[in-house]
Amino acid sequence: MGESVEREGALDLLATATRLAASGPEARLVLRVRPAGVAAASSAFGVDLPTMPCRAERAGACAALWLGPDEWLLLAPAADEGCVAAALEDGLAGHPHSLVTASHRQTAVVVDGARAAALLAIGCPLDLDLAAFPVGMCTRTLFAKAPIVLWRQGVARFRIEVWRSFAPYLWQVLDGGLREGLAE
Amino acid sequence: MLLIPCPWCGLRPEIEFSYGGEANIARPADPAALTDEEWGAFLYLRTNPKGRHAERWRHANGCGRFFNAVRDTVSDFFETTTKPGELPPSGGKS
Amino acid sequence: MSEAFRTRDGGRIDRTRPRSFRFDGVGYQGLAGDTLASALLANGVHLVGRSFKYHRPRGVVAAGSDEPNALVGVWRDEASYAPNLRATQVELYEGLRAESQNRSPSLRFDRGAMAGLLAPFLPAGFYYKTFLWPRRAWARFWEPRIRAMAGLGRAPTLPDRDRYAQTYAHCDVLVVGGGPAGIAAALAAAAGHARVILCDEQAELGGSLLAETEATIDGMAAQAWLAEALARLAREPRVRVLPRTTGFGYFAHNFVGLAERLTDHLAEPDPQAPRERLWQVRAREVVLATGALERPLVFPENDRPGIMLADAARTYLRRYGVKPGSRAVVATAHDGAYRAALDLHRAGVAVAAVADLRPDPEGPLVEAARAAGIAIRPATAIAGTKGRLRVRSARLVRIGAEGEAGGGASAGETVGCDLLLMSGGFTPSVHLFSQSRGQLAFDPVSAAFLPARPAERCRSAGACRGTFGLAAALIEGYAAGEAASAAAGRGGAPGLGFAVTGAIDTRGGTLGATPHGRDAARVKAFVDFQNDVTAKDVKLAVREGFRSIEHIKRYTTTGMATDQGKSSNMNALAIAAVALGRPLPEVGLTTFRMPYTPVSFGAFAGFARGELFDPLRRTPIDPWAEAAGAVFEEVGQWRRARYFPREGEDMHQAVGREVRAVRQGVGIFDGSTLGKIEVVGPDAAEFLNRMYVNAWSKLAPGRCRYGVMLREDGFVMDDGVVGRMAPDRFHVTTTTGGAARVLATMEDYLQTEWADLDVWLTSTSEQWAVIALQGPRAREVLAPLVAGADIGREAFPHMSVRACRVAGVEARLFRVSFSGELGFEVNVPADYGRAVWEAILRAGRGFGITPYGTETMHVLRAEKGYIIVGQETDGTATPDDVGLSGLIGRTKKDFVGARSLRRAAMAAPDRKQLVGLLTEDPREVLQEGAQIVANPQTPAPVPMLGHVTSAYHSPTLERSIALAMVRGGRARIGEVLFVPMPGRVVKVSLCDPVFFDREGVRLDG
Repeated sequence: MGESVEREGALDLLATATRLAASGPEARLVLRVRPAGVAAASSAFGVDLPTMPCRAERAGACAALWLGPDEWLLLAPAADEGCVAAALEDGLAGHPHSLVTASHRQTAVVVDGARAAALLAIGCPLDLDLAAFPVGMCTRTLFAKAPIVLWRQGVARFRIEVWRSFAPYLWQVLDGGLREGLAE
Repeated sequence: MLLIPCPWCGLRPEIEFSYGGEANIARPADPAALTDEEWGAFLYLRTNPKGRHAERWRHANGCGRFFNAVRDTVSDFFETTTKPGELPPSGGKS
Repeated sequence: MSEAFRTRDGGRIDRTRPRSFRFDGVGYQGLAGDTLASALLANGVHLVGRSFKYHRPRGVVAAGSDEPNALVGVWRDEASYAPNLRATQVELYEGLRAESQNRSPSLRFDRGAMAGLLAPFLPAGFYYKTFLWPRRAWARFWEPRIRAMAGLGRAPTLPDRDRYAQTYAHCDVLVVGGGPAGIAAALAAAAGHARVILCDEQAELGGSLLAETEATIDGMAAQAWLAEALARLAREPRVRVLPRTTGFGYFAHNFVGLAERLTDHLAEPDPQAPRERLWQVRAREVVLATGALERPLVFPENDRPGIMLADAARTYLRRYGVKPGSRAVVATAHDGAYRAALDLHRAGVAVAAVADLRPDPEGPLVEAARAAGIAIRPATAIAGTKGRLRVRSARLVRIGAEGEAGGGASAGETVGCDLLLMSGGFTPSVHLFSQSRGQLAFDPVSAAFLPARPAERCRSAGACRGTFGLAAALIEGYAAGEAASAAAGRGGAPGLGFAVTGAIDTRGGTLGATPHGRDAARVKAFVDFQNDVTAKDVKLAVREGFRSIEHIKRYTTTGMATDQGKSSNMNALAIAAVALGRPLPEVGLTTFRMPYTPVSFGAFAGFARGELFDPLRRTPIDPWAEAAGAVFEEVGQWRRARYFPREGEDMHQAVGREVRAVRQGVGIFDGSTLGKIEVVGPDAAEFLNRMYVNAWSKLAPGRCRYGVMLREDGFVMDDGVVGRMAPDRFHVTTTTGGAARVLATMEDYLQTEWADLDVWLTSTSEQWAVIALQGPRAREVLAPLVAGADIGREAFPHMSVRACRVAGVEARLFRVSFSGELGFEVNVPADYGRAVWEAILRAGRGFGITPYGTETMHVLRAEKGYIIVGQETDGTATPDDVGLSGLIGRTKKDFVGARSLRRAAMAAPDRKQLVGLLTEDPREVLQEGAQIVANPQTPAPVPMLGHVTSAYHSPTLERSIALAMVRGGRARIGEVLFVPMPGRVVKVSLCDPVFFDREGVRLDG
């Protein structure tokens, strides 16, 4: 005891490039619940859980990402992990559900800039045209050989959630793309 | 690479999916009541048709859901895909 | 050398920018805009290669990607060496170096040309028969020599250090081919506001327009119209035009592979810039505008340097300003060759004669040639040519009414020439259409296979659809682009007419060998230049009994070279059809396969090479292990510390030290790669009851249990400890390699069989760093760091789990052991993994805490007889086979695999069972995988009783130990068996698989 231990992110060792940024610690919760519990979860979390496939909703510093018909990734400030989880457990007391903390399971990389979609296209097989992948869309997919969650936060801004051990690989492939001139 | 219509996520590339074999092969409710032959048939016998094939896919790197599909094994084109429990031709494991 | 054959003006080369280059060590000069082929021809160089089999001198035949002969190696340095490039596609840059291939010692004198004299012994399929005797001589003698003689370029000897890019792309309309039809299609789709990709394999888009000097389109000279059309496309933000980009493969659901060459044409490429880019395009609609390729004529000795396709000669003249000779003979069955003859004539090349196979050639071009004073010989064929390194003369013979040529080796008229042009007509390029599984139909009018029924959402337009003529191609291309745009849900554009003047439509053509009046068994009339296949070879294949065109192709190798039969397929088919006595359409074409032209390995590999070949997954503790000098091993995608050698230690010594530390003191191990699944919900226990052989309902929260999971066929699939955190929450662990598979299998049952259960699965493998602390002193090290739980012997017995804090961090603490010693596994959120690891190390300093790796982990568990799924089990082991039947919940009615276990065969007494093995010599460590027999003296085949699954030196027992799966093994314990090894036999005795602490008292330390 009395130990003071330091937290260390999965991408801390990598430099930050112009258009790639590693996000800091964040609270991540994976919520599984049937449709009957969605309203209760929304009010407990303070964000309307999207029921339209592949859409994300934000409210304040929190966000709920639809990952599957009964599955949401909930994002919140790191410091709120405990209270958000407690509020959800409370609010969902009457509904069978699963709430699992995954704050450390994954990390996020933000790709920002006019050519963000072109950069992502080197590894992502989805059509990232604004019409096909509008702002607010999110989905699990692949980036080259890494499974990711891709969330379009703006016309030229994407957030990638990636399991921590795949993060350096993802970063290096993206960085290679930047060096190919996709940074512009 | 095929384009597969996920009943939730829409048309998505094949690499996001894993194949789940023939559909409509429900696990027997009481396996102990089956003869060895019947159990063997459940485990191993598949129709392997040339043409329309009811099969299972999972959008593993997408919504994670299993669903049923009818694919033409000659042309590789999908006729329909349906959520588990929806009407035939998918029916299947649900 | 000067460019003696360059015209004074015209062409699309830049006469103000000379370019020096070297070919086979000789310096030449060309111009910017040249290809290597056009620059060589400008210098009068026709001889550019030796043929594949007979080493015959060969020259440039074509002007595009269909070139079969002029294959060269090009390099800046050895690492960038690219073999087998078509000189017709190699763009000239200052300082370019290229070399010819398949010649030794030089192009002009080639000792391999002796093969030509051996030709009677090298008939079709020669490798199947000639060299088979004596049998063993093939591999040792003939094959190496033939491989040295026959061949294309050499592979580079240094690793390629260029970068290769890849990208996915999506569009409404992909147009492959940037000739008039393709450009018109792109214009139409762009007008409909579609997202368009237009690609062309050449450096410049335009196709036939690039050599068009007479026609006008909409009142503009064709080339001016082209420039304007391209400028218009360039202004469209939704249109992407890709020159130097080959559509090489057409895959299911409109997925098309494009290979873009980015820097090979540059004198000084940016070293950071990718050399090529692979485009994986998904198009809603595809327009194929891939044009047509001119066919060579199959006449005797049709392969000498200086013999080239008529339209290629015209391209060299018009586009590159090169006269490919000074005195030409033109052999044709198609009007187009007259245009070439006229162009050459006007450029000052003497045209000695046009030999037309047709009895009465007519039409405006024929008339124009006649008016220009060019001698036209109707019903005339080429009976042979002369000239060793360059064609010197051609012999023209009349064709009689029966279609046969006047007989004899000296009949007809010999005409001197240094250029012999040929045109058998044009073959529509249906490669991509056919690759997409579209059906072709033979069109008797144009004597060509044309796209008939598409399998994909695609349209063909222009010459690839048999539509020749500039106006028709433009109109058809535009219509196809418009329809494609509309079909993709974009606007259709108002139809555009194209006013074309000065373009003369051409017709004609022939297929197969032309008459020559000579002994067919003695002449070489080449069908496939690149693979050295003659008309005679094709006929021989038929004579030897081959009936299917696919078999004839493989037996003769016609169409199997790197040009994929672009110029040879139709001629070969026609010859085969005549030999078979069947109509040509009935014989049918061979299947077109990708790639249309060769694609470099670099483009396919892209960034997936070196450390980015596959993700290398590292644990949160990996940086510490690296700093501590760990030796790593790769386990799937994971990198794991294998052992931690100290100064001067080898693996054996390091593992010995690590094992002793765990048995006598305390060791610390990074188990973070372990798969973890959080199973949560009211029905969690019921779900696990169904998934595992074990019973879970009675497992109390705070307790854990070793679980085994079967496949439905009853064989062990995975294992791991499962802890109950709460009545409705389990922390399930899996093997490192099985994590994804186990989760997928669980999801399958949950979603599709038991969707009514209220339980959900979430992967937490990477949420938790896992630090195993094993050894008799483990509790002493850990206890001071733990808050919120009593980890005393009674309060926290073996197979317990607690949520608590370790080193101030929220943790799940398991009391489990994979070493047989008192053990703990500390799970902490991954970002804290390294810090907690270091905190424990500090706490353990006084106890001699020793980090250990996977090798030591394996030895420790083998000493205890603990199995590793995938090592002791191989997908055919039941729980009983590996001594785990005691885990099966006896009161459970059903679980995955239960029914299969009830089959009689699954309980047969002679199944392979897990046993221990001790060698007679304690220093002998068996080989894993070695077979076990009862009596090595038994005559072969010796019955195999089993195999060694794990073998180590045990530092604890100070001798070797092994685990094995042996038939009826448990009943044989005490017996002596044998492990035959090369040159010797190892004697082993069977024992219990638990070598150490059989009573398990140490677990409870």
